[in-house]
Amino acid sequence: MDSNNFFHDLHADTSLESSRKKRRKIEAESHSSETEIKWKSESAQRIYAVKLVEALQRTSSQNAPPAPSEAAGGRVVRDVADRVLAMAAKGRTRWSRAILASRLRLTMLRRHRKVKKASGSASRPRKPLPTAAEDRKNRLPAVGNRVKILSRLVPGCKGIPVTNLLEEAGDYIAALQMQVRAMTALTEIISVSQGDRLGSSSSSQA
Amino acid sequence: MSSRRSRSMQSGSSRITEDQITDLVSKLQRLIPEFRNRRSDKVSASKVLQETCNYIRSLQREVGDLSERLSELLGSLETDSDQASIIRSLLM
Repeated sequence: MDSNNFFHDLHADTSLESSRKKRRKIEAESHSSETEIKWKSESAQRIYAVKLVEALQRTSSQNAPPAPSEAAGGRVVRDVADRVLAMAAKGRTRWSRAILASRLRLTMLRRHRKVKKASGSASRPRKPLPTAAEDRKNRLPAVGNRVKILSRLVPGCKGIPVTNLLEEAGDYIAALQMQVRAMTALTEIISVSQGDRLGSSSSSQA
Repeated sequence: MSSRRSRSMQSGSSRITEDQITDLVSKLQRLIPEFRNRRSDKVSASKVLQETCNYIRSLQREVGDLSERLSELLGSLETDSDQASIIRSLLM
């Protein structure tokens, strides 16, 4: 039935969009439960930590002679951690694609400043107006405000419909929770192993 | 339930129903540690959104602090590649 709609109503936006939205909704429903599990699993956390260490080693070997200063080092680690996290999402979410795209955009901007700006404004889609149901809820100024603030916190989610925003926020939070767990465990492992190394190299200092 | 939603979606501009929004808000609520014990009907959407924003901010801040800490630790790690392979095996 969906494919019929697709071919016969190519010019009727409403039915195409509604069948697309239906499909997306069905996918999202089976999706969101498995994505939560995906971020919660221990293996995902372990894989992330390993990939993070590998990426960090690659970065430090690239910058070896001019070593980043103490202050910038944290930012470098943060960027790498966010990039590896975004890749773990496998392009399924807006926030992860936005993180990876913004990195690409920065390198492009450095090379083709004017060209990038011109094409960027042409390709950006028009901001959708709030639907009737959203409007009813958003009439409380508190909710509308909070939605706006939330859209600024989740990467790549300005001006998307509220339902998509809430989905993205849920996935983003689950991913951030995993990132914190993984980086905390990593920090512990490294500091403990360093403590061991220092302890063993000095003769009897306990 | 999905057929009801699709029929209401066909007419006019309301493609998104309040049910969907309430649904997603309660899903968000379950992720936020503050609300995990309370029942969904007791918390307003505005409060959930506010706590969501606060929680995301605190998570991002935590990641920033952890990044700082990691960069300090890794600074001393660069010189020792044996350490790095030990860490990797510990992580596995």
